[in-house]
Amino acid sequence: MELFPMQARGIESRRHGQVLVGPVDLRLEGQGACVVIGPNGSGKTTLLRLLHGTARLSAGQIDWACSTEEARHHQGFVFQRPVMLRRTVMENLAFPLRLRKVPAGEARARARDWAARVGLEQMLERPAPVLSGGEQQKLALARALISEPKVLFLDEPCAALDGRATREIEEILTAAKSTGTRLILSTHDMGQARRLADDVLFLLGGRIHESGPAETFFNRPETPQARAFLRGDIVE
Amino acid sequence: MVDLWSGLAQAFWLVVTLDGELVEIALRSLRVTLSALAVACVIALPLAAFVAVKRFRARRFVIAILNALMGLPPVVVGLIVYVFLSRSGPFGVMGLLFTPTAMIIAQTIIIVPLIASIAHQSIRDLWQEYHDLLISMNVTQGQKIRTLLWDCRRALLTAALAGFGRAIGEVGAIMIVGGNIDHATRVLTTAIALETGKGEFALALALGFVLIGLAVAVNLAIHWLGRTEREGAW
Repeated sequence: MELFPMQARGIESRRHGQVLVGPVDLRLEGQGACVVIGPNGSGKTTLLRLLHGTARLSAGQIDWACSTEEARHHQGFVFQRPVMLRRTVMENLAFPLRLRKVPAGEARARARDWAARVGLEQMLERPAPVLSGGEQQKLALARALISEPKVLFLDEPCAALDGRATREIEEILTAAKSTGTRLILSTHDMGQARRLADDVLFLLGGRIHESGPAETFFNRPETPQARAFLRGDIVE
Repeated sequence: MVDLWSGLAQAFWLVVTLDGELVEIALRSLRVTLSALAVACVIALPLAAFVAVKRFRARRFVIAILNALMGLPPVVVGLIVYVFLSRSGPFGVMGLLFTPTAMIIAQTIIIVPLIASIAHQSIRDLWQEYHDLLISMNVTQGQKIRTLLWDCRRALLTAALAGFGRAIGEVGAIMIVGGNIDHATRVLTTAIALETGKGEFALALALGFVLIGLAVAVNLAIHWLGRTEREGAW
């Protein structure tokens, strides 16, 4: 089943009468990594939540190539602060599969496989909440990828991690991308954006200020704000 | 003070000799209380989880009522259950009055709000933690509630133990609906009330110490079975 192209038309998020994001018009195709960048408060997280469906649209609509229900079934979300179930690493990994009625034995086998892929195979029986920040984020990533989503949203997945953990996360993301998972991630880290992005959405004041292929955006940004942001200047 | 020592000695003697009547009363106390606890947990825990995760118009009102009912006067509960189960009451034909079943019903009504209120606090906190994750996984309402109940099980154990403590020490309601009938509905608390009324303070104290011992033993057993301390970090 195909999820893409995804078309968002005039989507908005408002709270207490104030517009947080929008109106945003956006079309996404099903390949590569789309990196959402912008200063604090520009609406990156809200936009990801709107696209994923965990935040309510105040206006506009999002059309996937399939029904919204089916599209939700093939998506994953990784949060900036990983949410760990109060269970073991093994049980955390098997959780999405058990929700989808995958038999326990098969779920455990796949959990073991994913734990090995992200380097957590020695910690399968440890309680997930006592892992380090980097380990928790790798676990959250593996837990999101274990059900083989067609699109994975990531909200600043490496925000609180050191260089080594960031590199490990990026390797997992690159591998996921190469197997066909569409990545849509927000980040503050311009180095990471350059390493991962195939296309870029630059948000400012809740709107898409500039968008396009990563190579074009990073080398020849069109707007003065994007140029200033890439230089590291304060942009408001 | 003499009564206290005498009571302790008598309690020790009753336990050591496995006094037949004491064993019968203690086992009935346990059976009635644990049955009420099981029924109350089946009602209160899903109710607490539902109220924690579901947004509906009367939600705050339901929570307020649950909290208010924690202080439900047992004698009034006993009286109401008595009216419902008496011959002229709506459930009189079932012939439940003055049976252990009537005592279980009364105890269940008393402890459901207590367990539900304590459980609700814990489940609500966990729901705040899990909210984004479970919503992003597109879980159904049933999966959501099952996940929260399972992951909150240690806190729920505490809620259940609070209910057990309230139920096993209860006397007013079960005296009314059970009638304190020898070899039928007499339990430790009603036996204590009876012996105190007869002026047998030492025996009443002895039964009291046995009751305390029983309550502590059940608490410890449930903690041990639930591995509360061993995995308390998470």
